[in-house]
Amino acid sequence: MVGRIDSHDRAIILATQAGLPLVPRPYQAVADRLGLTAEEVMVRLRRLLALGVIRRIGAVPNHYALGYRANGMSVWDVPDERISAVGRQVGALSFVSHCYHRPRRLPEWPYNLFAMVHGRHRREVEQGVAAIAELLGGDHRGHAVLYSTRLYKKTGLRLRPPS
Amino acid sequence: MDALDRAILNTLQDGFPVCERPFRLVAAGLGISETTLIERLEALLAAGMLSRFGPLYHAERLGGAVLLAAMRVPTADLERVAALVNEFPEVAHNYARDHELNLWFVIATEHPARVPAVVTEIESVTGLKVYPFPKREEYFVGLRFEV
Repeated sequence: MVGRIDSHDRAIILATQAGLPLVPRPYQAVADRLGLTAEEVMVRLRRLLALGVIRRIGAVPNHYALGYRANGMSVWDVPDERISAVGRQVGALSFVSHCYHRPRRLPEWPYNLFAMVHGRHRREVEQGVAAIAELLGGDHRGHAVLYSTRLYKKTGLRLRPPS
Repeated sequence: MDALDRAILNTLQDGFPVCERPFRLVAAGLGISETTLIERLEALLAAGMLSRFGPLYHAERLGGAVLLAAMRVPTADLERVAALVNEFPEVAHNYARDHELNLWFVIATEHPARVPAVVTEIESVTGLKVYPFPKREEYFVGLRFEV
């Protein structure tokens, strides 16, 4: 995939990964910094969106500041042959932010479906977990909910400018 | 936050247009001016209601790699081991969680070859086993908060 991203794409990513400029013509402002035209920046951004390199352009709410203060990593043991079908259903629930199939680590870790559940308080998270259990029905062979007790680090992946 | 802030947040979680005057287009849909929208966004960012505003990149599709991993750390050692893990610039997130596997962290790097190397180095500096939980399939990433 990286072969499809050239040096101009990379420059646009570096210039926008901290955010878009809050000016009436934000893509023109990015283009001016990079010596490109606004049209070229927009064409490349649309292409990166189409490739899925950009998930979306928009606002990332701070869920903690907005009152969603509880989150639990719910992990489930579901039959391997059912996981793709049920994973998509669990991922579609409004309170689930991340949903993945990951490997079991037997014997100590029997869980293969991971779903991060958010709520305003722990009771809402518990209600979400109960809703997942109900959705899974007979495909649910066991689960655990891991609440975070300390946050030691939270940054994102950042591309480094060429040195 | 008033009703307009909430309307702005709900609208902009869905996406932002790529066109010459995107703020003017979004503002028109909300029945406000381009200037008002930009000022509200500046205030929401300054107040920390928004973490960021702009493109969200997909690390793996940029050629990078991401790995969730966990460790079983003796409780008395948790702070010390968490600090050792934090020292790796490739560690993007690091949380204590209430389980036998009690330290959960995410390795995110532009250089996929660094992932197994970081796992080995963390095992070496901590003397503890790292349990990798690579993604087999992704069903959903994102969250839409109605505010």
